[in-house]
Amino acid sequence: MNVVRDWVPPLFLVALFLAAWQVAASTGFLAETLGLDPLLVPSPSEVAAVLWEDRQILAENALVTLIEVVAGFALALVVGVAAAVGFHLFEPLRRAAYPLAVASQTIPVIVIAPILVVWFGYGIGPKLAIIALICFFPIAVNTLDGLRSVDRDLIGMMRSLDANRRRILTSVELPSALPNLFSGAKIAVAVAVIGAVFGEWVGASEGLGYLILQDNAQLLTDRLFAAVFLLSVMAMLLFGAISLIERFTIRWR
Amino acid sequence: MGDGIEAEGITRSRGGLAVLDSISFSLAAGSLTAVVGPSGCGKSTLLEIIAGLGEQDEGTVSVGSSDGAGERLERCAWMPQRDCLLPWMSALDNACLPLVNRGMGRSRAREAATDTFVRVGLEGFESYLPGRLSGGMRQRVAFARTLLSGKGVMLLDEPFASLDGITRAELQEWIGPLLAEEGRTTILVTHDLDEAIYLCGRVIVLSPRPARVVAVVDAPDTEGVERLEAIASPEFIEAHREVAGHLRAGAGS
Repeated sequence: MNVVRDWVPPLFLVALFLAAWQVAASTGFLAETLGLDPLLVPSPSEVAAVLWEDRQILAENALVTLIEVVAGFALALVVGVAAAVGFHLFEPLRRAAYPLAVASQTIPVIVIAPILVVWFGYGIGPKLAIIALICFFPIAVNTLDGLRSVDRDLIGMMRSLDANRRRILTSVELPSALPNLFSGAKIAVAVAVIGAVFGEWVGASEGLGYLILQDNAQLLTDRLFAAVFLLSVMAMLLFGAISLIERFTIRWR
Repeated sequence: MGDGIEAEGITRSRGGLAVLDSISFSLAAGSLTAVVGPSGCGKSTLLEIIAGLGEQDEGTVSVGSSDGAGERLERCAWMPQRDCLLPWMSALDNACLPLVNRGMGRSRAREAATDTFVRVGLEGFESYLPGRLSGGMRQRVAFARTLLSGKGVMLLDEPFASLDGITRAELQEWIGPLLAEEGRTTILVTHDLDEAIYLCGRVIVLSPRPARVVAVVDAPDTEGVERLEAIASPEFIEAHREVAGHLRAGAGS
């Protein structure tokens, strides 16, 4: 019953949206209303057709983007959790570096991306750096919040039972912070895909972001939509994977 | 046998507000003492100072021959008001915490804790996560954890406050013989006068904040006597009246 309750409403909404789009696009209503050539306004069925016809090129580019996203996210996870633990354990470090971490989020990634390409070239390096930069903040901030909000009585109880600082961190604070860490990771993994597209836009020869640029220049609007659809599916699947790992990791909730 | 506790002129303020006002008492090694007082009078603060988890502004506290907070921490096991069980660990692993904290391997600790676990009536619930245990069972695990610390002084901060009346009465009856058997110096903070008089040989009555010692009342010997029978005895009723009278007088002063 839960499956029906959880999935039927969103699926119904998506089906309704696709049906309306299909009718509006195939009758020429959408193109006419927007004042565009019908070629630029593909219907869902045309996008589906190109998804199948160009499956190889789409899959190859999607794989490149997926590798970038997973690697960039993993880098951000390691650095973000390490930074949160460092900020938590060393108050002077938190005071000194936390404002800088906040400041790093105020600079638009689209501005930093070309600089990173100049520094690191056209390989995977700048893409990883951009994705990690975007993902770092939600992971680090949420994890730090989790570490700092651990019940003081738990810490007192552990101190009274002879736990040293390391033991309190590993057996109480980090497990307590896991729900926050996962919240940050879920936000991060969704925006990681955006980071990968930015990275590919400023300097790449493969990936879905690169393909979108090419399709845009060649007016291959149906494949452009197909690439955007794949990016969206990728973000949702990664979000689902993190949620699944969360469910198995935090079994006590 | 536990350590004796000497408190001399303990004074403590928090945020400019006086919490404890020159508290003095002397507790013999192995004695059972209750501390009662109005809500918010500073009972828990007093217990935390004795436990070495907090510092007094003025006065001295010594546990055995130790008067530094760090040394007191080594000699006292503090059981906070809430059970503070780690929700991701099984009941037995929670009870084993003090052993593992001191460097014992998990399987050896589980083996060493089994007898105590059986003694507190939790046989068969070893692998249960705390979320699956009732409030009373959770308090039993927390008490087993305190016992397994092996420390000579146990500081119990309203351990049954969050339980319903029936479970509280059951646990009072259950814990009485255990405390007597252990022979450790125990301070029980409570606002339940029956609990204080039934379980402890002496009751220290505190005034409203800033807490002062209003009176020290000797309780009748209830060892081996059923709770209902004990609280109906004339000596018990008289002690109850005396403690209640001191509480009222303290509130009026």
